[in-house]
Amino acid sequence: MNITIEYYLILSAFMFFVGVAGVLTRRNAIIVFMSIELMLNSANLTLVAFSSYLGNSIGQLFVFFVMTVAAAEAAVGLAIIIAIFRNKLTVNIDEINILKW
Amino acid sequence: MTLEVILFFVFGIVAAVTAVIMITRSNAVISALFLVLNFAALAGLYLTLNAQFIAVTQIIVYAGAIMVLFLFVLMLLRPENEKKFLELNPKIKIFAMVVSFVVFAQLAYIIFFARPSQNISKDLAKSVEAGTIEAIGRELFTNYIVPFEAAGFLLLAATIGALVLAKKKFD
Repeated sequence: MNITIEYYLILSAFMFFVGVAGVLTRRNAIIVFMSIELMLNSANLTLVAFSSYLGNSIGQLFVFFVMTVAAAEAAVGLAIIIAIFRNKLTVNIDEINILKW
Repeated sequence: MTLEVILFFVFGIVAAVTAVIMITRSNAVISALFLVLNFAALAGLYLTLNAQFIAVTQIIVYAGAIMVLFLFVLMLLRPENEKKFLELNPKIKIFAMVVSFVVFAQLAYIIFFARPSQNISKDLAKSVEAGTIEAIGRELFTNYIVPFEAAGFLLLAATIGALVLAKKKFD
């Protein structure tokens, strides 16, 4: 038995599905953020799998950039969550509707 | 059963199960800890793909830095536990689950019937060569120097932005 690239792609698709389900069903803003990180990681897994199977290091380079963007996004996003919590005393995204009119 | 197969299944099952546990726990701290475990399993998968540099970076950046940030924010805010899954808006949640499952089914269908492994076969020497820090660093500092500088600038901007946003008073 050989591990072909399909195994990694299916695992990555499954993790993306779990991340999408988490974003759509959870109401805690921090857990929504963590689900987004999960989706970013499943995309990373696809990139690394193709990079390794094709013998080309560009895919891993892009994973490096995705990690940079994820770190920046987590820092800014959590700062926004703290700022919102200071005003509304909740992180439940059903109650955060200040942009709704 | 070679070692590669065993390692893939161990890490893959850990990654899939911890992802599901992560989105189903009502306590956010437990979710965060399972996400750390998921990232560690992913680092193991990267090692089975011969991507050494990315595996180490995954542990340091994701499981280390980003998850510490998440846990600190959870500690500061202490959000209340969520209600049970189907207690609030059950129809919308079931619809959301169905939609995301349809997306997964489509992806799985494409992967199974397109069979990318027909055209891609692993060349072990090239695969190991591609994952070394030397190959990645050479690309990073020659052909991709502009995106690299942009990434550095992005991190600086994010640091300043996070400081400004989390400050007590806007003035």
